[in-house]
Amino acid sequence: MRNIFLFIRRYFTLISFVLLQIFAWAMLIKYSRTHEAIFANNANEVTGYVSGKYKTVEDYLYLKKANEDLAAENARLKNMMAISFQGPDSTQQLYIDSLSKDTLGRVRKFLWLPAKVVNNDVNNEANYITLHRGRNQGVEKDMIVVGPNGIIGKVVLVSDNYARVMSLLNRFSKVSAMLKKDNYSGMVEWDGKDPRYVTLNNISKSAKVAKGDTVITSNLSEYPAGLMIGTVANITAEKASNYYTLTVKTSTNFFTLQYAYVVANLLYGEQKQLEAQTPKAQ
Amino acid sequence: MSTLLKNIIRFVLFILVQAFVLDKVPALHQYVKPVLYFLFVLWLPFNLPRFGLLVIAFVFGLSMDYFAGWPGLHAAPCVLIAYVRPFLLNILLPQESTELSYVEPSIKSLGWAPYATYVVILTFLHHTYLVLIEWTQVGDFVFFIGKVIATMAVSLLLIFVTEMLFFRKAKFRTNAA
Repeated sequence: MRNIFLFIRRYFTLISFVLLQIFAWAMLIKYSRTHEAIFANNANEVTGYVSGKYKTVEDYLYLKKANEDLAAENARLKNMMAISFQGPDSTQQLYIDSLSKDTLGRVRKFLWLPAKVVNNDVNNEANYITLHRGRNQGVEKDMIVVGPNGIIGKVVLVSDNYARVMSLLNRFSKVSAMLKKDNYSGMVEWDGKDPRYVTLNNISKSAKVAKGDTVITSNLSEYPAGLMIGTVANITAEKASNYYTLTVKTSTNFFTLQYAYVVANLLYGEQKQLEAQTPKAQ
Repeated sequence: MSTLLKNIIRFVLFILVQAFVLDKVPALHQYVKPVLYFLFVLWLPFNLPRFGLLVIAFVFGLSMDYFAGWPGLHAAPCVLIAYVRPFLLNILLPQESTELSYVEPSIKSLGWAPYATYVVILTFLHHTYLVLIEWTQVGDFVFFIGKVIATMAVSLLLIFVTEMLFFRKAKFRTNAA
């Protein structure tokens, strides 16, 4: 027993060094597996607060750009409103249904919540975004984040007033996408090189791809289907396989993010529950 | 200003500068990323106990991690350089025990060549470990080699500029202080 104490005293620094290293690695491994970390909650509140202060200053530099984006989005939405459509046939009249319940039996699947971006990285291998909207304002883990021009990422950490979003520009991020033209689907990933471009893998060579084609989220992804991701900028045919690798220019400009929408999939829990019940071996 | 207060201010400043200035600079290339924050560990006073040094480095690295959103990424390399630091200083310090007459490592207290060796070795260790962690999670071997070399070059340049801009007057330790 005495020898053990002597040993510990002799190598105290080495032992504490090894312990701290193990502690750091435990966090790294736990984090990369589940995207949750010890103390994450408190730390998120503190860093979120500091980032918010910083962002209030930075905001002034991009006010004009943010306004233009929001105005463009408003115009697009107004074009979709019923009031913009008018039939020349006067026997048909359009009534706006004031009933809050949809009588066709449709259920609301997606709920859009606006949020302000308070912190944003583009230079790391794993980039994250902080939003000023958290658990108290209805944000939960795994919710989707969309910007005025296209998708942004997915919520990985939530505290009371802030949410941490794994940006599309993250080596761990994977989004199921398809070509708008002919519905061929593949995976959008980021290779860590240029924050303006992401990669779309696994598009079969039978697809007729051309530069400038629109890439949207597929109906298999957690994102609402049909949201803009970007446009094809470069096409590489893999010699060894039957697939194209497409470079996609993101429609969201990640350098100037100001506002985003957190999209709550209200049926997500039900879908996951059903999928978990699938019998393993049949 | 007392050494404690000075180091607390440095702790906050280094993290804020790294998180809100250097991490916001648009990257020239995937490999070229300015990293300066670990200079805090290099500038800690001589007379800290080795265990204290490890704990301070760990807490410092962890605070940096929460701004970067990747817990453990900076904490592990910081602890490593804090562990190696005393051994390195033992070799580099002149025999007439500089640590008794100076407060912290600087160009003045160590001399040009030993201080440069000290900075280069610790920067190399820090970056190799940092990129190694990134490599185990993402990337390939070319990424590892390229990023270590590129980040080291940028960091050394930044440290040189910092040393020139904020010239620290090497204080002699007196009984009064």
